[in-house]
Amino acid sequence: MNEQANASGVHDIVQRAIATNDYSYLLEKVPYSQFIGMSVERFGDEMVFKLPAKDDNIGNPILPAIHGGVIAGFMEMSAIVQLMVFMQAKQVPKIVDFSIDYLRAGLHQDSFAECKITRQGRRVANVSINCWQSNRKQLIATARAHFLLE
Amino acid sequence: MTKPVDKTLKVSPEFFPLTEVATRFVNQLAQCRRLGFEVKEASEHHVLIELPYSQDIIGDPDTGVIHGGVITTLIDTGCGCAVVCAILDKFESLELSPTLDLRVDYMRPAEPNKAVYVFAECYRLTSSVAFTRAIAYQDSIDRPVAHAVGSFMRISPEMIGEDFRQALMGNLPKEQQ
Repeated sequence: MNEQANASGVHDIVQRAIATNDYSYLLEKVPYSQFIGMSVERFGDEMVFKLPAKDDNIGNPILPAIHGGVIAGFMEMSAIVQLMVFMQAKQVPKIVDFSIDYLRAGLHQDSFAECKITRQGRRVANVSINCWQSNRKQLIATARAHFLLE
Repeated sequence: MTKPVDKTLKVSPEFFPLTEVATRFVNQLAQCRRLGFEVKEASEHHVLIELPYSQDIIGDPDTGVIHGGVITTLIDTGCGCAVVCAILDKFESLELSPTLDLRVDYMRPAEPNKAVYVFAECYRLTSSVAFTRAIAYQDSIDRPVAHAVGSFMRISPEMIGEDFRQALMGNLPKEQQ
């Protein structure tokens, strides 16, 4: 496979991930997802993203708590992967805007995210993302993002 | 202490005495150290922070463009730091305000191999909420990479431990305390 993934390369990577049910391969291609240490697991039609506790991701040293920006980056990357897998993307969706509400402090422990493609048009997609830690019903953050698909 | 003159960006940290406290604040955050953030200027009105380019934070391996999440982290840090500075100036107290919400509009991808700067302002400070706005840019603030607004919740200064207070305020020149 072509190391320097071009438009069709992205498609191949997505296809391979779907075929093998191994989405870590998708994340390995993106240095930032390695930088924060995220991973993903697919259960049928559902994908759950994981951000393991990592010292480098801490923002508030007093609590300690994960940096809000890392939580946002994790959620943004989750939305991108969700879109790529469910659209069988030929290229990486481009972020247009990202709006996040922080509901609780993201403590120094594992975090999880799930995404919902609220609306997908021809050119733009609207995705909502929820993030939680020990209890799925107690969200630590919720976000909404628009992506350009073409 | 004299710093080498930055030829690519005109900054005057000496003119803005909160730069030292802001630098210490940003250095307390592990993620910001890891990303190599450097405070260029800080006053009661604004904060200017530099994010150096690095291979580790690429979001699109085809183009080398950095991930939007890093821009969000830069903006969140800039706005949070602007709130710390504004509160320090107005109330002479050290508070650490958590982010309530943040909205980032991405105008254009950041050019690879170039630093990104954030200019953040706390434009309104009430008894419980701080309102901020920020622009991320590379060559010129008139060609923004991203534009953002965010609000922060004020919490009691007692929430800050003595260690953290010392790390930020300890051994500062008199006029900055």
